[in-house]
Amino acid sequence: MAGMAPESGTGGGGKAGLGYRKLIGPLLVPTWVMIGIFLVLPVMLMAVYSFLTKEFRGGVVWDFTLAAYDQFFLNRGLFGDEPPVIEWTYITIFWRSIWQAAVATLICLAVGFPTAWFIATRPPKSRAIWLFLITVPYWVNLLIRTVSLKFLIRDNGPLNESLMAIGLISDPLPLVNTNLAVQLGLFYSYLPFMVLPIYAAVERYNFALSEAAADLYASRWVTLREIVLPVVKPGIIAGCILVFVPSLGAFLAPDLLGGAKTFMIGSLIDEQFRGSQGNWPFGAAAAMILMTLVLIVLMVYARAQNKAEAR
Amino acid sequence: MSTAIEIRSAVKRYGTTTALHSISLEIADNEFFTLLGPSGCGKTTLLRCIAGFEDLNEGEIRLFGRDIARLDPNHRPVNTVFQQYALFPHMTVLENVAFGLKMKGMGLADRTARAGKMLEMVHLSAFANRMPAQLSGGQQQRVALARALAPEPKVLLLDEPLSALDLKLRQAMRVELKTLQEQSGITFVFVTHDQEEALTMSDRIAVMSQGRVQQVGSARDIYEAPVNRFVADFIGETNLLEVTVDTVSGAVAKVTLPGGQKITCPAAQGVMPGKHHLSIRPERISLAAEGELEAVVERIVYLGTDLQILTHLTTGEAFHVRMQNLARIALPAPGDRVALQIEEGAARLLAD
Repeated sequence: MAGMAPESGTGGGGKAGLGYRKLIGPLLVPTWVMIGIFLVLPVMLMAVYSFLTKEFRGGVVWDFTLAAYDQFFLNRGLFGDEPPVIEWTYITIFWRSIWQAAVATLICLAVGFPTAWFIATRPPKSRAIWLFLITVPYWVNLLIRTVSLKFLIRDNGPLNESLMAIGLISDPLPLVNTNLAVQLGLFYSYLPFMVLPIYAAVERYNFALSEAAADLYASRWVTLREIVLPVVKPGIIAGCILVFVPSLGAFLAPDLLGGAKTFMIGSLIDEQFRGSQGNWPFGAAAAMILMTLVLIVLMVYARAQNKAEAR
Repeated sequence: MSTAIEIRSAVKRYGTTTALHSISLEIADNEFFTLLGPSGCGKTTLLRCIAGFEDLNEGEIRLFGRDIARLDPNHRPVNTVFQQYALFPHMTVLENVAFGLKMKGMGLADRTARAGKMLEMVHLSAFANRMPAQLSGGQQQRVALARALAPEPKVLLLDEPLSALDLKLRQAMRVELKTLQEQSGITFVFVTHDQEEALTMSDRIAVMSQGRVQQVGSARDIYEAPVNRFVADFIGETNLLEVTVDTVSGAVAKVTLPGGQKITCPAAQGVMPGKHHLSIRPERISLAAEGELEAVVERIVYLGTDLQILTHLTTGEAFHVRMQNLARIALPAPGDRVALQIEEGAARLLAD
């Protein structure tokens, strides 16, 4: 089947094109199987588990109940017999997670956009080298990288030591166990997910458009705002989604770099499936709520996008 | 007539290669001026230097007397029609045309009205709310033209604007562009590698090669009085013969042809006695009983309206003749010996 490049739009045409189209079905079977086993099935299991009853030492009893969701949203007092009021504990954790993920996404965007722009405007040969360098840190396991980051920023780590050595500060900056540390960790973990889609968009960007804008009296700043950003917007949105979504559910960075005050959804869910302290239905329910939240955000975005395109 | 653009000793270098070797040109107001040359001759570089996308290393570019060579493109009162149009893909046709007006600070109502008028002029009013991707190449080209003309520039720069269109459309657009230029009174600086395009539209043409202007003149000047071999060969077809120049007096020279015949012909400036090249256009030669050159017919090529007769001179040089395909002409056969008569004044002595 060599030489049958997947042509989009006008179609391959001729016999080769028709044969190709017939092959699409069978070729997609592995993909569907993978999605079925590793995505649809686990999500369904999760949905079912969130409605089951908690077993004392982890695990579940097959009694259907809304208890997990009730526990998430409502507080009925220590013995469960008081009139229900809204339970803020978990909503606060969710809100904090969204906030942390949003800040991490913004930092990634602020650093990632210039980086992607820089790489995309290099000559083709050095572009490959830069892209390669971006991926180098990812050869090391995320856990190890996160722990290393903690060593770097702890009170007697190289960052504080060197800042104190040059006399900029007299006491170590309290970095570990702060929101900043968590955001730094998330930023460090997910930056390439911002850089790569923006790079792809900028690389396709036709720089004659910037020349045309300048020719029509637009300053550099106006050109960036009116022409460049709208044209590469799909790449920026993709990057933001790719950073925001995993940041929201991340548990390594918050666990290792944060403290009790920076507790995030990922850690909350993670805790529910550990040892005898766990609560599987509650963990499953939190995961379902998180997923629903992400889906709503994505759907609202997709709708806005469709409306803009239909204009 | 006043001068719209004056370029003085413009030099542009990229690293060690020189794209423009000290170019000096004057382009008059209301003129349709064409930069013509093969790819890599520097014509697009020169245009981009006028627009401000490239900076000159040396020299001046004056626009109605004011040196603009160091200004950013957004501060130069010229507009450009780009080769691949460079329409803003996220804006409607109307928004594209109105963009320059918006940047100049014109209010929404005014610029919409003006952009609408521009679209009317290029017959695209019905497409105002389409996106550029929904238009054909020819339509996009006209949007690009309307967009560049909307801010009423004093000078319009056109970078091979017709090269992406098919032949029929290209021919129609030539006439439209020329009419538009005459009606608007705007100076057009037009870049092309297509000599036919240049000859049909331009008031004057600058023929460029290897970063230098070879000749500036009207279509008739550069076709009938080329100064050197490059211009003679690049514009139209020609026969180049090496001849011996006996004497030169003013613009007329006496030369000895390869067969030994002596003729008098117009000469380009700077011709000295010695070896030089003579340019003879193939359509200005006729087959006759007697002529200045003797040749053997090799092949006759049928071109419809014309016939091309490929021959070898008896002294060995390849030589071709073009004649109208008229019924009454008796044609020679391959292998026949023929005499070639050069029309009075048709042979021109070149400087190099």
